[in-house]
Amino acid sequence: MDGSNTAVAENLKTRTSDYNAARDRVKRRIVVCAGTGCIANGSLKVFEKLKNLSEEKGLSVTIRLEPCDKHPKDVLLTHSGCQGFCQVGPLLTIDPDGILYTHVKPEDVEEIVSETLIQNKTIDRLLYRDPSTNETRKGKSDITFYNRQQRFVLQSCGVVDPEDINEYISNGGYDAARKTIFDMTPEQVCEEMKASGLRGRGGAGFPTGRKWELALRQKENEKYIICNGDEGDPGAFMDRSVLEGNPHSVVEGMIIGSRATGAQTGYVYVRAEYPLAVTRIRRAVEDARKAGFLGKDIMGSGHNFDIRVMEGAGAFVCGEASAMVSSIMGNRGMPRPKPPRSAEKGLWEKPTIVNNVETLALVPRIISGGAAEFRKLGTAGSPGTKTFALTGHVANTGLIEVPFGTTLREIVFEIGGGVLDEKGNIDNSAFKAVQIGGPSGGCLTSEHLDIPMDFDSLGSIGAMIGSGGLVVMNNSTCMVQIAHFFMQFTQRESCGKCVPCREGTQQLLGLLNEIIAGNGTDQTLSLMEELCSNVADSSLCGLGKSAPSPVLSTLHQFREEYEAHVSHKVCPTGQCTSLVPITIDAVLCKGCTMCTRSCPVQAITGEKKMPHVIDAMKCIKCGACISTCKFNAIKRGQA
Amino acid sequence: MSGFVTVDGIPVPIEGEKNLLALIRKANIDIPTFCYHSHLSTYGACRLCLVEINGREIDASCVVPPKDGMSIKTSTPKIRSMRRMNLELILANHKQDCPVCERSESCKLRDLSAKMGIHEVRFKPTKAEKPKDEGSVSLVRDPNKCILCGDCVRYCSEIQAVGAIDFVYRGGEAEVSPAFGRSLGEVGCVNCGQCAAVCPTAAIVPRNDTGKVWADLDNPKKVVAAQIAPAVRVALGEHFGLSSNESELGKIGTALRMLGFDKVYDTAFGADLTVVEEANEFLERKKKGENLPIFTSCCPAWVKFAEHFFPDALPNLSTCKSPQSMMGALLHDQYDKEAEKEGKEFVVVSVMPCTAKKFEITRPELSINGKPLVSHVITTSELASMIQEAGIRFADLDPVSMDLPMGFASGAGIVFGNAGGVSEAVARYVAGAPGSGGSQVLNFIDEVPEGGIRTATLGNGDQKIRIVSVQGLANAKRVVKEITEGKREADIVEVMACPGGCIGGAGQPISYDPDIKYKRSQGLHRADTAKQLRTTQSNPFVDQYYREIIKGDPGCHKAHELLHTHYSYRKRIGDLRISLVSGNSKEKVAVKVCVGTNCFLKGSQEILGALTKKIDDDGISGIVSVTATFCKENCGKGPTVHVGSKVLSHATPESVLKELDLQLNKN
Repeated sequence: MDGSNTAVAENLKTRTSDYNAARDRVKRRIVVCAGTGCIANGSLKVFEKLKNLSEEKGLSVTIRLEPCDKHPKDVLLTHSGCQGFCQVGPLLTIDPDGILYTHVKPEDVEEIVSETLIQNKTIDRLLYRDPSTNETRKGKSDITFYNRQQRFVLQSCGVVDPEDINEYISNGGYDAARKTIFDMTPEQVCEEMKASGLRGRGGAGFPTGRKWELALRQKENEKYIICNGDEGDPGAFMDRSVLEGNPHSVVEGMIIGSRATGAQTGYVYVRAEYPLAVTRIRRAVEDARKAGFLGKDIMGSGHNFDIRVMEGAGAFVCGEASAMVSSIMGNRGMPRPKPPRSAEKGLWEKPTIVNNVETLALVPRIISGGAAEFRKLGTAGSPGTKTFALTGHVANTGLIEVPFGTTLREIVFEIGGGVLDEKGNIDNSAFKAVQIGGPSGGCLTSEHLDIPMDFDSLGSIGAMIGSGGLVVMNNSTCMVQIAHFFMQFTQRESCGKCVPCREGTQQLLGLLNEIIAGNGTDQTLSLMEELCSNVADSSLCGLGKSAPSPVLSTLHQFREEYEAHVSHKVCPTGQCTSLVPITIDAVLCKGCTMCTRSCPVQAITGEKKMPHVIDAMKCIKCGACISTCKFNAIKRGQA
Repeated sequence: MSGFVTVDGIPVPIEGEKNLLALIRKANIDIPTFCYHSHLSTYGACRLCLVEINGREIDASCVVPPKDGMSIKTSTPKIRSMRRMNLELILANHKQDCPVCERSESCKLRDLSAKMGIHEVRFKPTKAEKPKDEGSVSLVRDPNKCILCGDCVRYCSEIQAVGAIDFVYRGGEAEVSPAFGRSLGEVGCVNCGQCAAVCPTAAIVPRNDTGKVWADLDNPKKVVAAQIAPAVRVALGEHFGLSSNESELGKIGTALRMLGFDKVYDTAFGADLTVVEEANEFLERKKKGENLPIFTSCCPAWVKFAEHFFPDALPNLSTCKSPQSMMGALLHDQYDKEAEKEGKEFVVVSVMPCTAKKFEITRPELSINGKPLVSHVITTSELASMIQEAGIRFADLDPVSMDLPMGFASGAGIVFGNAGGVSEAVARYVAGAPGSGGSQVLNFIDEVPEGGIRTATLGNGDQKIRIVSVQGLANAKRVVKEITEGKREADIVEVMACPGGCIGGAGQPISYDPDIKYKRSQGLHRADTAKQLRTTQSNPFVDQYYREIIKGDPGCHKAHELLHTHYSYRKRIGDLRISLVSGNSKEKVAVKVCVGTNCFLKGSQEILGALTKKIDDDGISGIVSVTATFCKENCGKGPTVHVGSKVLSHATPESVLKELDLQLNKN
């Protein structure tokens, strides 16, 4: 055993030094972001053109470092996973110059080659421009969006070539797996994880070490470990980014998980809507297998573990452990009642551990750096960092990572660069709320801006971290519409099994529709509240239980807004068109009386040839008068 | 687990109950539920059986195992309000045509709504009306009444191993459907109807054929004969407040005559004939040592199941027609001419406990000159509705006897209605000398079967006959598998699709009495013991029939013509195909490539690609047609490709193109 341990350690060391030596022979490295966002904006074309043009101009270009190739290169041109700042993509970083080019189009490539690569000049117009000062910033380290973050799990995402196992190894990759397999007992691995205080990043925050320890105690020969990559929250793409940007970290995390629990087979469950993530994780699994890190007798240790990649059909509910288990077994993805939990009886009735992508990606770093080092990040109860998908009315949107305990204020106003008002200008006073945790989560308002973001602090105010979606909303946002948006999602994504979730969410949507259409009454609100608590308390699985959260939370924080809709038939933000008053412009009105005759509820009055007026209380906003008026004097909204 | 659970303040001992619901029922509390059935897997979806556990959490009692020291409350204000709301939610999207609904009398949703005190539904319907599935001759599905409790789905897959229906779509779109949105009539449904029997509402009901029967009865040009299956006599009375453990055959005879039936016969006579024919068929096979064990063929759901799922076992099925069809054949043989002389048409109507019998009569092989041996099948419940419609006070009727000779059956014929009855009847036939009184041979009837499978051995040595009696098709599947693998020995295998046998058929009255099957089985048992003649060979009319009508021995040519049939392999899903290259009038070769899951995974997509490429390259689209077909059900040998009349197994692009070239050159 020790012999193989030494051999493996030596091998890893050799591969690392070979890779580093090869890297030293390269003059410049250009990393083109090939995350889904940048690809959609044409980054692959930029990549191709960069390669062709550089070669035409006589530069030696390689797109993968071959350690055996001893010739020096001018350019190492690689893809990366998501670099985070999707809003200004396609992104391109050039090192050692420390340049970040933004919004790069194929047309810009010629200039990049001639100016930057050949003449070593920075192209100003491609640099990031700070929206508040309008000054340019040369590289990531100068940009608040980046330098206020603390990238831990995402450290290599957007930097390394996700398809090059050698680069992963050169950064210390697979040494943590080696360490757990040769230098540690399963119990020690569990202990180390417990000591690190790592909590599951999928939403509930269950301590990973304890989960593994429970699985280790199960007296079954066959056990399974599943990597839950069924990221389904609207607007969330943390797991996708990790799978696309650093898939080997997930593979290594699973190997360590298998060592800790005794699982012999692992599944990576990724939704088929993430084709790039599927390709990259497949490639990573294959390369790891070729390198002897997966399969029978891993690294000559006698430990067997292999990974299969399973594509899900995109049902939100398959993110729930028992539904995922059912889906992997080829059945319909529907949660089943617990007990027994999946940890006791999961895949094929065998103990099955389900861990989130981000959780698993953290594991190798915790093992290699040690639990104590990890605990230095974050808070006592929630050690480490958390990735968030920051979107909505903020200046900077994208994928971010901050230590637990960071306040919402720092995230929104510093990393996010401030709140955008209705017109798109930065105006922090326009801040209204942040929706956190996706369709299972709730809203945080200005009173929560200074609460540290961690599992326990958020739990104490009835919110949750969830999987990490952060949608910032300005004061032009109607909270009833927000609740409606999430409810539309949940009712469609309910698996349809239990009555409260299937029927209840449809009815909640129906009640919200009534409110938005101006047909709500006080009874609508009380019925909605009763229904919310019924769905939350009597649904079968966690998804159903949390489905009413967006409604409950908006109702709790913004009750007066709901009441305005219901009692005064007014949408304060003017987003609910049925509730926008219809008014007559006294200047344009000729007093022709056509409108009085078209109004079905006699809400318009006025003398002939004199400006008419609409009684807002009688008006049902049908708009009949608007279409009858020949003078364009009637419109929706205040005159 | 032992100990006590406190239920609403009263300690209740834990005595092996798997869940709180069973324990609560033991404490004389009726906990409402739609989706819990003790014989099906727990599903936990209707959320009505909610209870408060230890003053903290609320959970569905059907899924929580009892633990010593637990304290539960079944009726707190919160729980009552949650139950009511969940019922309201169901009601909002349930088509409420209660007064005209088939299940008006026996609807669990209606019953629970009344019991939970719901007088108002505060929610509006959110779903558009969907079309009914009228494509099956046995069953009608109405998705608008479905509450998605999944009872039918689990019954079909867990008890019957058929899996003809399952959930499709998500959220509000979720519904129970056969594969690919097809009709029940086009898939592997065996028509046992247990889905309808277990359905708490009228989302699946037996097809109502009473209109056709009324029409025949009202037609002066028709002579209408009725035959009554054994299990009907112990269940029809349930509709009229009579006990299930009495045979009401005499009253049924009276009622049928009052309804206008010209003749009334007993299907149990057909059962007696089945015993004779099947026993002789068995002895013949045993002598030749072929096609053993023999599987019974009385149950039409089992026969269709075998045709779909066990084509290799079809030679082992007895070729005997079912008692119903035997009766149909011999009644037509006897009375067609008589009726014709009077310028009338003779038709047979069966009263059956079974929905699969409705399908059986549509089999082309069970018809003469295109006319079915039995024209209509009505269920026990349908007959009850006709009697009610005619205003007949069934309970007060005086009994009459059936028409002879085919209205007289031995006790052996009557016990056919119970699972194990066929075995018992055959055992009596084999054990008893002709004319002997005959007593019960097997004690199947009184026993609760272990796993739905019972076995017995008659005789010994060379004469040993090993009988296996199975109920439920999942059990049948298991037995067939065990026999194929040499893990079980048997000479005669009796299969009844419905648990309990015909008395538990889906055409019987819906009952929520857990002991109902036992009561009906006791009813048949009593009818059997009340008979002086309890063996088939003691039935003088059987003997007379062979002497005067058949004019030969069992198994002779005429007996075969009237009393036997044949079977053939049946696809589980009707033809589904996608035409990729359509040939023209000069078409020479038609290629069909299976793209079912198994063949697809084994590379049928590549074969299709190679084919279309070749056709493009060679410009032969006029003379070759390519069709992607659905599963050929030859998955083990996939990919399966038909090139002209040749079937290629384990096909590859090369082998298909080679065969195509060969056939093109030949033509």
